[in-house]
Amino acid sequence: MSAVDRTRDIGEYVPAQDDDMIVCRCEEITKGEIRRAVHDGMYNVHEVRRLLRCGMGLCQGQTCARLVKSIVARELGVRSLEDATARAPMRPIEMSVFANDGGGE
Amino acid sequence: MSNVSDVIIVGAGVIGNATAYYLAKRGLRVTVLEKSEYIGNGGSSRNGGGVRQSGRHPAELPLVMYGVKNLWVNLSDELGMDVEYYQEGNLRLGKTPDHIKTLENLTNSAASGGLDVRMIDYKEAQSICPYLSDEVIGASWCPTDGHANPMLTTLAYYRAARRLGARFVSGAEVVEIRKLGGRARLVVTTDEVYEADTIVVAAGVASNKILETVGLRVPMNPALLECLVTEDCPPMFYQMLGTAMADFYGHQSKHGSFVFGGTTGYEPYTTYGGTPPATSGSAPGTCRGIIKYFPVLRDLKIVRTWAGWMDDCADHIPVIDTPDEVAGLVIGCGFSGHGFGISPTAATILAQLAVGETPVLDVSRFKYDRFKVRT
Repeated sequence: MSAVDRTRDIGEYVPAQDDDMIVCRCEEITKGEIRRAVHDGMYNVHEVRRLLRCGMGLCQGQTCARLVKSIVARELGVRSLEDATARAPMRPIEMSVFANDGGGE
Repeated sequence: MSNVSDVIIVGAGVIGNATAYYLAKRGLRVTVLEKSEYIGNGGSSRNGGGVRQSGRHPAELPLVMYGVKNLWVNLSDELGMDVEYYQEGNLRLGKTPDHIKTLENLTNSAASGGLDVRMIDYKEAQSICPYLSDEVIGASWCPTDGHANPMLTTLAYYRAARRLGARFVSGAEVVEIRKLGGRARLVVTTDEVYEADTIVVAAGVASNKILETVGLRVPMNPALLECLVTEDCPPMFYQMLGTAMADFYGHQSKHGSFVFGGTTGYEPYTTYGGTPPATSGSAPGTCRGIIKYFPVLRDLKIVRTWAGWMDDCADHIPVIDTPDEVAGLVIGCGFSGHGFGISPTAATILAQLAVGETPVLDVSRFKYDRFKVRT
């Protein structure tokens, strides 16, 4: 882990032709929104996700996570980035099913 | 870049970011040092989002009431980002006469502190939120309570402070505060030394490791807090919900998903460090609680669960103070799992303490030296 100064200059946000492309289909987040978030100081996938909700919908980023990561990395000019944290459950589960785990008093 | 600033804040959670914002707004040079690679990666992004006055510790009530009246209402406009603040009230539900007694005690205590909160019967509760189980017999009702999105609030303060020139360094783990001329002055990280007139420690449960380097320690422990998020569904209700038995709490977010939290009874028994672990028993227990009060939600799908650490203080209220023991130091930690709702007020006060102003509210209840031995 190394320190990242958030005042580091990553250049201006330059609009691109494919900015309207939807990257996260569950939450309908576009490439342009992700790129602008990086220029707003969100210097990793975690912060972008918390700001925009990309990867937080029904599929939990199983479709778009790699794509989001590559967009953020390219915008920052870095080779690699940490993945967003995967969280249980792996598939959406009804509350009534979850509640039926046999626990409780 | 020069490592000298007016104020250094240790911790880029909602408290640290908001304090940075209020100080940067005054024109001060602020540096925020965050151990994690991510802004707001602790309790600030891992809580239920309550902006709740009812059920508060009496000492915190003035802070949250001030915030609801003066800060939350304009926060989205002020920070230039929608923090999804809803002020649609808080229903705390009861199903048995014992529950009602618990709620009455809470209500009387809050009402004597000047809060508009009262007991209501099932019929009135039902008229406020028509999705309740008919096993509910009564509730406490605080119409000015609400909720907001903690991740957006934390990042909105960060973004606004950054735009005002505050310098944020993530991945900067503080290992020591050093004194110069009798005052806390230098902040040493694993790879740099930073210098400022005033140092604010707002590092949640990690604060003690830093405070210990200047001989201070707040009596607090890490305790786990766990939440779950459902798929989104059309708007149903925007009240904040809770129960007398604390089976669960939560709300529907602007996005349409529900965010619910609950307790297992094993929160203090955790191994601190790394990513906080969501335990297998927590979400099922919370689901059982929810279904008892809102059977209509039983087939809603859960898409995500998470956990975070609370900095649980011995008396469950924070330390907000300039300790007499160390000049140049301000402490803001030990928020004990209910810091989000009071974060705008707490940060306003921490900024005032950092510049030597008299705080807008009396903070004598939150002094560092209030912890006395039993006999």
